[in-house]
Amino acid sequence: MLVMALLIGALVAIGLYLMLRRSVAKLIFGIVLLSHAVNLIVFSSGGLLHASSPVIEAGETMLAQPHPDPLPHALVLTAIVIGFSVQAFAIVLIKRAHQEAETDDFDRMDTTERDV
Amino acid sequence: MNSISLVLILPVVIPLTAALLTLAFRNHYRAQRAASVAGWAGLFGVSVWLLLAVQGQGALSVQIGGWPAPHGITFVADRLSALMVLVSSAMGLAVGLYSLADICRAREHYGHHTLFHVLLMGVNGAFLTGDIFNLYVWFEVMLIASFVLVTLGGQRGQLEGGLKYMTLNLLGSIIFLASVALLYSQTGTLNMAQLHLVLSQGVGDGGADPLLLTIAVLLLIAFGIKAAVFPLFMWLPTSYHTPPTAVSAIFAGLLTKVGVYALIRAFTLLFTFEVGWTHELLLWIAGLTMVSGVLGAMVQGSVRRILSFHIVSQIGYMVMGLALFTVAGLAGAVFYILHHIVVKTNLFLIGGIITRTGGASELSRIGGLMRTRPVLAGLFLIPGLSLAGIPPLSGFWAKFSVIKASLEVDGWVIAAVALAVGLLTLFSMMKIWSEAFWKPAPEDGAPAPAPMTAATGVLAYGPVVVLALVTVVIGLYPAWLADQAAAAAQQLMQPDAYLHAVLGEAVR
Repeated sequence: MLVMALLIGALVAIGLYLMLRRSVAKLIFGIVLLSHAVNLIVFSSGGLLHASSPVIEAGETMLAQPHPDPLPHALVLTAIVIGFSVQAFAIVLIKRAHQEAETDDFDRMDTTERDV
Repeated sequence: MNSISLVLILPVVIPLTAALLTLAFRNHYRAQRAASVAGWAGLFGVSVWLLLAVQGQGALSVQIGGWPAPHGITFVADRLSALMVLVSSAMGLAVGLYSLADICRAREHYGHHTLFHVLLMGVNGAFLTGDIFNLYVWFEVMLIASFVLVTLGGQRGQLEGGLKYMTLNLLGSIIFLASVALLYSQTGTLNMAQLHLVLSQGVGDGGADPLLLTIAVLLLIAFGIKAAVFPLFMWLPTSYHTPPTAVSAIFAGLLTKVGVYALIRAFTLLFTFEVGWTHELLLWIAGLTMVSGVLGAMVQGSVRRILSFHIVSQIGYMVMGLALFTVAGLAGAVFYILHHIVVKTNLFLIGGIITRTGGASELSRIGGLMRTRPVLAGLFLIPGLSLAGIPPLSGFWAKFSVIKASLEVDGWVIAAVALAVGLLTLFSMMKIWSEAFWKPAPEDGAPAPAPMTAATGVLAYGPVVVLALVTVVIGLYPAWLADQAAAAAQQLMQPDAYLHAVLGEAVR
């Protein structure tokens, strides 16, 4: 549990640091690391324990005790799929913005802030 | 499948079907438009049916796949959900028809209609779901469609604005997902009705669990980013003026309001164990949002950017109604949301017509529209004055009901702030009026664009006229909407009907 907590903390810290940089290339790495971190939070939200998989054995009618909570696994799968597709879109958008603006510097992507 | 489950599912199924049909017909221009219009009209019809059904029974629910709550995914509609679905479907229809006049053929080919329907599906799903993880999924559906809609066309401004929009909203989603996971680990359920029972029981003598308060604040940040409250609104004015008018109008009407809806759900159904602290925080946020939005608008020089900042300012009034946490306050907030969606959508549509007939959106480059387009000038005044809260338009009653609710609980400061912000809003609207309509057209102004054809003109002006009529009718006969809002607020403060609909007899 402690290792997991430290790992998530480190991922969030690095992800946020990268997002706060002015370079858009680092922004995408920040997004990816942050969404990994949050997937790990979802994964561990049912508690971590050494046990068999939550499948009812043949001939039994109940789950064997102790068993892990299967719901976070379903949630994390959904979250991974959504996160993956959003990241794919983000990468394409950043590439296009980089091409159009011809800069990697967020502070110079400011045409929408000024009146023409 | 009985009619209750049908009416709850259809607001999601109809846009999904329309999205698939428009995707299939992307090479058949007429068929695509026909499918799209059928989708908007069908959705509007179903949402009227939903409101009538909810009025008859209080609250409806359906368990998807027959898994009983709290284990399965629940769709539930109380009066607030039904009203929100109704008004968002109406905006879908109005903006959709406008978009037929506004959106170029290439955008239609690359999936404008499909994404528009997916957006409506996400919005309706978020209003109807009774499960907090499912709410996250609907938020994502809505966001992904909106990311593509913002950037479709690929101009530099769209890409830059879209990048900022996407980054901050992704951060919001990440925080939302993290807080859902933490909430599950603390309570063991994701069903919102079940969460209400767990969270309202779990407060001991020593006050609320600090971890639960942390989760409440995390959710406040996540929904706050989506609702564009102070100080998290920066993504909105930087991106909303970049896409075509029809797209920014539907965004302006619906997207931030889904965030406000989520805030209302979270802070009436889930986190009511520490009202003195959380709702005090909300009140501060509300005041600062109003002030910063309206001050931001004052220095802007373009119609659409002024309107974008006013979205932020108006969100403050809705959060204020929630923060008061009385039946009157929530009724005011609900009334405000419904009025605001109609008025703001209409203002963006009019802003689009100004840009189109004047040739530019910057106030320094246009003028003299009073002489050339007197009807448009009159149409602008109705939602413009309504936004500022001038009687007898709908905005007056909306502002009146939130401010009255704040005075009932001795909130003198917030009432004064709300009134002052109303005055500054009037200033902004008058600025647009005098610059775009009243002053003579500048010599070196924008070139006069090609006039609209008759069919385009009907499609562009029709929705604007209808929405302006709605504003006037609400203003003259506010009783119906006020009753609806009061009934919705009553249900929010005493969610018995909601819990009963979701969890069945066991609750009572």
